[in-house]
Amino acid sequence: MKPKVAFYWCASCGGCEEAVVDLDEELLGVADAVDIVFWPVALDFKEKDVAAMPDGSILASFINGAIRNSHQQEMAELLRAKSLVVVAFGICAQLGGIPGLANLSDAKGILAEVYRDGVTPARRYSENGYSLSLPEFFDTVVALDRVIQVDYYLPGCPPTPNLIRDAVHALLAPELPPKGAVLAPDHALCEQCPRKDSRPEKLLVKEFVRPHQVVADQQTCLLAQGLVCLGPGTRAGCNALCIRGNMPCTGCFGPTSRVRDYGAKALSAIASVIESNDESQIERALEAVPDPVGTFYRYSLPSSMLGRRRME
Amino acid sequence: MSEAGGAVRIGVYICHCGANIAATVDVKSLAASAATMPNVVVWREYKYLCSDSGQDLIRQDIPNQRLNRIVVASCSPHLHEQTFRAAVAAAGLNPFYLQMVNIREHISWVHENRMEATSKAQDLLRAAVRRVARHEALERSRIPIHPDVLVVGGGIAGIHAALTLANAGKHVYLVERQPTIGGHMAQFDKTFPTLDCAACILTPKMSAVKAHQKITLWTYSEVVQVDGYVGSYQVTVKRRTRYVREDLCTGCLECLEACLYQEGRFTDEFNAGLASRKPIYIPFPQAVPQVPVIDPEACIQFKSGKCKKTCIDACGDRHAISFQLEEKTEEIQVGSIIVATGFQVFDARRAPYYGYGVYPDVYTALEVERLVNASGPTAGEVVLRDGRIPKTVGIVHCVGSRDENTNRWCSRVCCMYSLKLAHLIKERTGAEVFNFYIDIRTPGKGFEEFYQKLLNEKVHFIRGRVAEVTDWALDPTEEGKLILRVEDTLAGLVRRIPVDMVVLSVGLEPRSDAQDVCRMFNMTCSGEGFFTERHPKLAPVNTFADGVFLAGCCQGPKDIPDTVAQAGAAAAEALVLIDSGSIETEPNTAYTDEDVCSGCKTCIPLCPYHAITFLEQEKKARINQATCKGCGTCVAACPSGSIRQHLFEDEQIFEEIEGILTYA
Repeated sequence: MKPKVAFYWCASCGGCEEAVVDLDEELLGVADAVDIVFWPVALDFKEKDVAAMPDGSILASFINGAIRNSHQQEMAELLRAKSLVVVAFGICAQLGGIPGLANLSDAKGILAEVYRDGVTPARRYSENGYSLSLPEFFDTVVALDRVIQVDYYLPGCPPTPNLIRDAVHALLAPELPPKGAVLAPDHALCEQCPRKDSRPEKLLVKEFVRPHQVVADQQTCLLAQGLVCLGPGTRAGCNALCIRGNMPCTGCFGPTSRVRDYGAKALSAIASVIESNDESQIERALEAVPDPVGTFYRYSLPSSMLGRRRME
Repeated sequence: MSEAGGAVRIGVYICHCGANIAATVDVKSLAASAATMPNVVVWREYKYLCSDSGQDLIRQDIPNQRLNRIVVASCSPHLHEQTFRAAVAAAGLNPFYLQMVNIREHISWVHENRMEATSKAQDLLRAAVRRVARHEALERSRIPIHPDVLVVGGGIAGIHAALTLANAGKHVYLVERQPTIGGHMAQFDKTFPTLDCAACILTPKMSAVKAHQKITLWTYSEVVQVDGYVGSYQVTVKRRTRYVREDLCTGCLECLEACLYQEGRFTDEFNAGLASRKPIYIPFPQAVPQVPVIDPEACIQFKSGKCKKTCIDACGDRHAISFQLEEKTEEIQVGSIIVATGFQVFDARRAPYYGYGVYPDVYTALEVERLVNASGPTAGEVVLRDGRIPKTVGIVHCVGSRDENTNRWCSRVCCMYSLKLAHLIKERTGAEVFNFYIDIRTPGKGFEEFYQKLLNEKVHFIRGRVAEVTDWALDPTEEGKLILRVEDTLAGLVRRIPVDMVVLSVGLEPRSDAQDVCRMFNMTCSGEGFFTERHPKLAPVNTFADGVFLAGCCQGPKDIPDTVAQAGAAAAEALVLIDSGSIETEPNTAYTDEDVCSGCKTCIPLCPYHAITFLEQEKKARINQATCKGCGTCVAACPSGSIRQHLFEDEQIFEEIEGILTYA
């Protein structure tokens, strides 16, 4: 019997699902090797089908997306019980990702912002003896490992096909990687960057620029051109896809294993290249970073030491 | 020998420091709380832990109680970390298994509420207990000290330091920017309060420098780059050319006579601009070295190429003069450096209300030093620019000092040199001399007596800050005079004092390039630019750069005796280094995990000690363990967390933070 695998999405954009489809014909190879028993985006299995399975009957569940409501938490717990291995698939599951930026607000604030003066969703609604309920919308978005134990992490927004393929093969191999491992290289992206040698030894930047403000040179280190490239602080594994597309790294692979707080590190790395000791000049240099949290904690706010904005 | 391996066994020692700590922190309950902390097996409090008997407690407990980590809660580690590390090492445990908690400066001296202070002490103690469990054994390394010394600046500070070191048998490179050594002191006439002749006491020392076998004197030269670290500095010195070869010139000065210019036509810097010199000149008759300089900005040969070159003819077969000579660069190795780069006087134009540069008879004190000097432009005659002898002279104190708008500090020497100039002017001219002062500051040996002497000489003292110097006469007695408008705060009225000559007692300030010099030698300096000593009381000539010492006014305004004393102290500090042969380094250095370094180069420009190099082959950063001072800048900046630091490992710091934040 082929090993069973499941895919599930929580608070995510669907890009991680797309990444699985992006395996193209390799997907067929994966499908040959395993039985996909649950994949809401593509296959018509229901929650109750999973619930009916014996505990531990699934080899691996790949769960993408952060946890932002009670139903996602329940599904994560269900899949955890049924699976031998849970992989946090993509940076949202690993660190909270872009949905994690909602931690700058809270449930009430978000609903008020979205629905304004209109009807806001109620958790329960009864009409003619029928009742409907919605999952609880949490104040705080958390990464997957805050609600269940996670065995492996596959970083990226989304993980690249190479990494996914390698991860699947790693899980099918006789010897599993050590528990808790991030299934990507453990050095920073500069290592894989085709422009690495063009970074000067003494790189100092007077003013940063935003990508839409310049036509960046295709060969030169983007940071050296004043673009806020987070490659120096971001885990390698993507093979510098964005940089090859002439766009700076935004940090979707998260930190290396040696860094606890991605944003703090990225901030100090970027701040370190500013060529000034004058406060007003530094402020001017940072004008190209109008949203520091959204820049440095774009993918990692819920798992950072800050976690969220203070609740009123 | 105690074993560091196996289970962590921590001993906690709490010092009363007499009543310094015990009066504010409940040391008994602090010791009791230590008992509840993880891995703590011994907890004691003691009246003076730094005493021999206090240290003995630790020395004995380590083997007897099989301790392998020690926490001492006492004063600042600045004071006693070495003491306790030595005690730990004496018991056979690696000294870096010690962590100190500063419950004196951080707690008892700054808090009053005993309960809150004790509770804070518990938090800090818990942090140290958590941290020390993560400590590792570290080894100090030794670096050898190169015995040669670089002295930067050839004023009296540099001269004295160089001679002291050379007399002790050490080889000294003395580098001076000007064509002669001597500095400001060489410009002075007399020195206060003894009125001995500045030149008479300075020039023998200048000659001694020149003659000394152990001193390599490079004038007209500048240090342009400093690399390396204590014990092994590589210094690059740029030597400008004077177009006269020092090794061939005999100092006969016939070339000066032979110059096509019969009279001086160019600003004579040494005479504060009050005289003119030729394109080929020596700054003053006793200049050292006694070798002329050609000013290419002034020399006809350089400007047009069409000079008869009479100087070369005069030099004859000595062949010392050559227009083809070029500046050269010297690379030297030294183990220590004494920075004695001096000061500049306040530019009186920055106080425009005193009319300097507007009224010709307003002088700065330095100009008057040259006027009263027998070798000065007037051969010691105090005369105004039009040749008149002043009958009344006003000396304005604190020009550019003690003033929010210019410099805030007191320059320390101006009161005394003003008194000295008042005496000399009165002596030379018989003029009536007025001193305008805010406070008379005479806190030195013989200073107050000198002030009394001036009072007896009937020099006038008016207490009040001069508002302005003007030539706008309000009545016939003021016609043709300079009028000082001042509020006489003792008489309680505004006065107008007409005088023939105004002397501005300008203050001392850091040289305009002090910040660059500061950076080059890796020192620190205050906002105004005076170099900072390592400790204002206990390490007054050391800097934060090991092996770099300070002497003279570059550290702050001071008079000649203080400067010489400081220069001697700096020389002694350098001697200590040299004679010890080598020094131990602290092991709290940063290091790269080269396996995971991505070669992003973020760290390279950040290191204030130039300790990080980028290995082009491997594409990794490497930190020189001898140069690293453990400041942690690169550790914090390394974006991939691939730089770590001994004694400041992430795990240690996080344990410490969690220890503090744990709610007990």
